Amino acid sequence: MVERETALLKKIDINVAESEKRSGKNTVNMQETYTVYLIEIRWVVERGGLPVGDSPWRRYSEFELLRTYLLVTYPFVVIPPLPEKRAEFVWHKLSADNLDPDFVERRRLGLENFLIRVASHSVLSKDKIFYQFLTEEKGWREAVLETGFQDKADSRLKSLSATLRVKNPDKSFTDLKQYSDELNSAISHLLRVRAKVADRMYGVYKVHGNYGRIFSEWSAIEKEMGDGLQSAGHHMDTHSASVDDILEEEEHYADQLKEYLFYTDALRSVCRKHELIQYELEMAVLDLASKKQQREELTTGAVRVFSLKGMSSKLFGQESPEQRESRLAALQQSIQASEDAVLDKNQECREFMRMSWEEVKRFKEQKDRELREALISYAIMQISMCKKVGDNMGTATCDPHHVTRTM
Amino acid sequence: RRAIWWVYIYIYIYPTIVYIEVVLTNGKPIETSSPASASSLLNRLQLDDDLEADTLDLYASTETRDLFVTVDDPKKHVSTMETYITYRVSTKTSRIEFDLPEYNLRRRYQDFDWLRMKLEDSQPTHLIPPLPEKFVMKGVVDRFSEEFVETRMKALDKFLKRVADHPVLSFNPHLNAFLTAKDLNKRQGLALLTKVGESVKQAAGGYKLRARPPEYCVMGEYLDTFNQKLGTMDRIAQRILKEQTEYLVELREYGSVYAGWAGSEDALTRPLEGVAGCVSTCCGAMEDLSEGMSQELLPVLREYVLYIESMKNVLKKRDQSQAEYEGRLEAAVIRKQEEKTPVPVEVEKCQDRVECFNADLKADWERWQSNKRQDFRQLLTSMADKNINYFEKCQSAWESLVSQLQDDQAENTNETNCD
Repeated sequence: MVERETALLKKIDINVAESEKRSGKNTVNMQETYTVYLIEIRWVVERGGLPVGDSPWRRYSEFELLRTYLLVTYPFVVIPPLPEKRAEFVWHKLSADNLDPDFVERRRLGLENFLIRVASHSVLSKDKIFYQFLTEEKGWREAVLETGFQDKADSRLKSLSATLRVKNPDKSFTDLKQYSDELNSAISHLLRVRAKVADRMYGVYKVHGNYGRIFSEWSAIEKEMGDGLQSAGHHMDTHSASVDDILEEEEHYADQLKEYLFYTDALRSVCRKHELIQYELEMAVLDLASKKQQREELTTGAVRVFSLKGMSSKLFGQESPEQRESRLAALQQSIQASEDAVLDKNQECREFMRMSWEEVKRFKEQKDRELREALISYAIMQISMCKKVGDNMGTATCDPHHVTRTM
Repeated sequence: RRAIWWVYIYIYIYPTIVYIEVVLTNGKPIETSSPASASSLLNRLQLDDDLEADTLDLYASTETRDLFVTVDDPKKHVSTMETYITYRVSTKTSRIEFDLPEYNLRRRYQDFDWLRMKLEDSQPTHLIPPLPEKFVMKGVVDRFSEEFVETRMKALDKFLKRVADHPVLSFNPHLNAFLTAKDLNKRQGLALLTKVGESVKQAAGGYKLRARPPEYCVMGEYLDTFNQKLGTMDRIAQRILKEQTEYLVELREYGSVYAGWAGSEDALTRPLEGVAGCVSTCCGAMEDLSEGMSQELLPVLREYVLYIESMKNVLKKRDQSQAEYEGRLEAAVIRKQEEKTPVPVEVEKCQDRVECFNADLKADWERWQSNKRQDFRQLLTSMADKNINYFEKCQSAWESLVSQLQDDQAENTNETNCD
């Protein structure tokens, strides 16, 4: 997966090497246990392979902070997702506990994957805060807050309002939003059903284990058949126990699907940003139009629509020419500012569309490639599973015969 | 003639089988041939050391076998009073007890039931094979479904073959009547009388057994334990079927989600549809597996439970006959001492009866044990075969998907290279 396309990855290797449990006081001054992960950066082999930076220990919330910073700072990029915050889509045997070692291990891999994806991105890999995250133990938190990215963040309300009121979002973005909703729905459904399938499959295999026990008991009362039954029982036990490994391997596939499920959120983010910018452009255009209209009213004296000014002039008499001149001048300045604003917004909009569309294209290629590989791996996993179980059953039928002994 | 045939087998085929077996157990299994097929071949030739005794026995009966029976061709009969199924019973024989060399007639379950009753009454010292269950819950099981009829017919066929293979039972006149008489009705009346007669005879017994010889105690204990194990196996099998059914429901939905997803993709359509197809194939294979299990495994388990029941009855009757003998003997000895009369003939008859009973029982027990071993070995092998078959079907579906997708990929890279 790591293709060393970026300058960053050409220089360094990124590893989330270990995890550790820590205890401490959280923001509300309560004692809590949490896990931290060791980020190990080394120069590539060609450059000596020595460690770079402090090898900081980071916890999940710091990764979240980094990601939020990236989301705000590069809104046109489809930001790679983090592994899930809480275990979801679990089947009954899988632990939903965040401190469970299997969960921690899968999270470790997910975090490493996240960092590598960011480091592989042509734009994101150049970010200074990202590099500091990887290499500086102390002071990173302050540094990221100093960037003031939180102020740049669009408020949820503003964003939602834009989504609802935008008149002419670009069709390709509307399509993208629809696609990401469809993908989200498909993958969630898939993961939910997969968990149920895993549960049922587990049940089938485990009941076969009961055969193992009964064959063993039965073999005790048989003379001639005893050996054969013992052997059959043993194979039943092996068969029954094999389900644990099978389902563990499938979790890896589920994790790949989950990553793309969370990617749909990133896609929707990009769409929302487009809608916001488009909305702001539309607002700026409307604003300009209304000001121009005001100017027209002022110069021609024709009052086309009801206005408070018009009303008050009717009541209190027309204003003096000096007043009108100064108002006109102010309006003209305002119009100029508006025109600049429209130009800027237009520019912003076009730039955003251009950059984000390239991003989306890149993402689509990545998604098609990686999901295809994931599906092929899944099929290969099924093949190897069938072979293993089939072989076990096959030896079960040969064993009781002991033909070699009759020779 | 036959000796030469066996020699041929030993010289040519036996080493080949052994070779296959050696390869399979020593190294990795041969990819193309299924180990299960080798095992079924082995089964048919019965070269196992623990079946040696049976081999000889089978050889003996193949030599002298002169009565062949088959039950097949089920047909539904609808009359004003009732609807029922009849089966064709075909007989081929060279025995002089039969007037013709071949017979073909139709019998219904009632007729088999009659036969079994008559055999039990007329051969109380022998173990009579069981029939499939008489009553089925009308609401739960469809008496006329293909599956039910098929299962029942196979069990009836097994029953009749076992009777025909038995050295004593096969010469029973009631069997002869069953196989040859156009019409069994007349005998029904007689059956009632004989049954009453028998129960009167048994009621008159009422002797208590003092000491059962240990070999029969062992038999009794074995039957009890085996019965228990069979019950547990039946429960496990039912549970597995239930779990498999529920698994199937989820698996179907799983496949359909992939198909649905394929609709909103373009480059990923093929792989997603491919996965949906494989899952669907696996569903079909699982269905076949469940069906096979319920049709083959459950009936055998049930049959042996019934077998054990009738075996226990035979043991009980044996005990009673021994008790009667000992009781009469004791009474006779006391009378002899008091009245100086010789041992009465009835006591000697009783002794003969007991000794006959013991001999018949022991012979039948051995037969039964060897049949049981054969049946269960075949059953377990067949179950394993079915499972292997299931996994093989799934495996080949996934393999063809992988090669198809990898071909697609190669094609795509060629295209992009050419661009």
